[in-house]
Amino acid sequence: MAIVGIPRSLLFYNYFPLWQTFFEWLGEDILVSEKTNKKTLDKGIEVTVDDICVPIKIFHGHIAELKDKVDYLFIPRIYSIHEDMYVCPKFQALPEMIKSSFKKLPKIISPTVDLFSQKNKELRNVVDVGKNFTDDLNIIGKAYHKAREAYSAYTSILKLGVLPSDIFDKKYSVVGIEDEKPTILLLGHPYILYDSFLNMDIINKLRDSGYSVITPDNFKFNEMAEIVNKNGISMLWTFGVKILGSMLKSIKMKNVAGIIYLSSFSCGLDSIISEIFEKRIKHQSKIPYTIITLDEHTGEAGVSTRVEAFLDMVEGREINEDYISTHGDSIFSHEINI
Amino acid sequence: MKITFPHMGTVYLAMKSIFDDLGLEYVVPPQNSKKTLDIGTKYSPKQICTPFIYNMGNYIQAIEEGADTILIVGGNGTCRFGYYSNIAKEILNDLGYKIDFIVLDQKYTKMSDLFNNLKKMMGTNNFLKVIYYIHKAYKIIEKLDVLDKYLIKNRCYEKNKGEMDLIFSKSIEKICIQKGSENTIRILNESIKNLKKVKLDTTRDTLKIGIVGEIYSVIDDYCNLNICKKLNELGCEVYKTQSIYGWLKNSIFHVSRGKSADEYLYKKAYDYAKIEIGGHGRENIGHIVDFAERNFDGVIHTMPFSCMPEIIARQILPKVLEEHNIPVMSLIFDEMTGETGYNTRLEAFVEMLNIRREKSRDAKNLYWN
Repeated sequence: MAIVGIPRSLLFYNYFPLWQTFFEWLGEDILVSEKTNKKTLDKGIEVTVDDICVPIKIFHGHIAELKDKVDYLFIPRIYSIHEDMYVCPKFQALPEMIKSSFKKLPKIISPTVDLFSQKNKELRNVVDVGKNFTDDLNIIGKAYHKAREAYSAYTSILKLGVLPSDIFDKKYSVVGIEDEKPTILLLGHPYILYDSFLNMDIINKLRDSGYSVITPDNFKFNEMAEIVNKNGISMLWTFGVKILGSMLKSIKMKNVAGIIYLSSFSCGLDSIISEIFEKRIKHQSKIPYTIITLDEHTGEAGVSTRVEAFLDMVEGREINEDYISTHGDSIFSHEINI
Repeated sequence: MKITFPHMGTVYLAMKSIFDDLGLEYVVPPQNSKKTLDIGTKYSPKQICTPFIYNMGNYIQAIEEGADTILIVGGNGTCRFGYYSNIAKEILNDLGYKIDFIVLDQKYTKMSDLFNNLKKMMGTNNFLKVIYYIHKAYKIIEKLDVLDKYLIKNRCYEKNKGEMDLIFSKSIEKICIQKGSENTIRILNESIKNLKKVKLDTTRDTLKIGIVGEIYSVIDDYCNLNICKKLNELGCEVYKTQSIYGWLKNSIFHVSRGKSADEYLYKKAYDYAKIEIGGHGRENIGHIVDFAERNFDGVIHTMPFSCMPEIIARQILPKVLEEHNIPVMSLIFDEMTGETGYNTRLEAFVEMLNIRREKSRDAKNLYWN
């Protein structure tokens, strides 16, 4: 029985149930790296070039933690996860980056996931991954079937208003996304939203202040894609569609009191998406929003201050809604960098 | 309709000549300068790649001179270039400018749409006329490429320093004054002839240096702080990998038929990048392997700040260098134009290449981040 190492980073938060079930049904052990901590980040910074984005640095840190403990590393090379859409180019060379950064590595399982135009290649990938462990196609097929079941169960739970980080921490309670309670929509890439080290535990901070939190993963992808199209935005990045789509949907929801966009420094996608986000939200709604840019600095006070100030503003807006200011209409926060 | 277009190296000469032929009104934006950068930085999103900042500056400077239509080539793939036109539209709209965009896109629009766009721009319905002018533009760009390649390869050998630069700048001046593509081609042919007449001292000991990197930073001499000339002055033959001509040739004759001319580079880069990594990342890795195989002394890798494909390439590079034993220096360009830092690094790099050559070709490889 071999041990397969899965880093708790990047697309882990989207696809872990799929991967886990698949490898478990193949009869392999899984080792998931620990939650991101200072050590992970330091190890990652050691081996990466300085201007790459933090999530990739953290990914390297997770690999550094896993590489001596496992027989296989699972690092898919991802080109596209939706038809006619791309993901960030950094996903397309992940295995190669890792191979270049570390000397001694266990065997790397790196199927090329490309759903851009070649939908039917999916099964071949599955077989290729499975062949590392068994030659029995039946077992691989069954494992994949179970994995798909687990994955669709996982996504349908998310649609109820549960966050992936809650599921992995095993403490979730179902809160409908259109609940009465004032809600903050947290935007960003999944690997920033659910990594409590990188985002300074912003989800719990918001919850402690009495807000419920929803993210793009709580919305149905088709609906998001539709509304993005309807608004005349041509967006070919899956994450872009999710971020802009959930923003456009939520500005029509009554319970959404504010929107926080978490972006990471030197993220190429965010520089485009956040610009469109800002231009659209300004014209289409009066919901307060803020953009917080995160990087490898670990000073928590900066983020806390910004979040608190933002929440104060949201509350103040609630109380003073009937007062009309003598100059300007509603209060908007400006983009904040830390 | 008054057309304008962003700058990228000397391509404006081709555009200008064709618009003259067609009798269209156009505005050539002022040359890239500190002012372009200042304007661009003011209106561009934070952390966007540098070429967009230049483009933005070009647009606004041209709009101030009366332009109302922007012609831009659209990109495809995972790189941010594909969104340049969209985001520029959002920003210019927000600023209150009413600007039309003509986007020449290869992948997502159909061939017929592309031609319709060209027809709309040229104001003609004649298919043959469109082809004719594309051919003319293509020819000018080809000549400019020949000129540029000859210049950066041989400038380090010239007996009387400055002769080639003089011919080059004079020919550009002439093209700017005259009108029409025929004239442009004639002037370019003359300049190429004159350049080849310049006396060379081929006994000089020179280094061979290749330049790879993101296409804008390789081509645009303002953006890369005229790195080719600097290297020439330090006694290096320079070879550029990216050029508008190469890109145009590839997209017209190869990609449209389903097979890129860079296929051989993909093979060379296969160990380091198995699939496309956006932009020219994979091609550049292939070029570096190629330069190593052709026994170049060194490679300079240029990129704008936060360029995604080239950051990936940079992360992969150490392994390429180790296995192919070639020195590479990465230079990152952004809206700061402090030149001295780059000069120092280039001088030091060339110095080390000289030492390496004296000692042995197999000396331990150099890599600077």
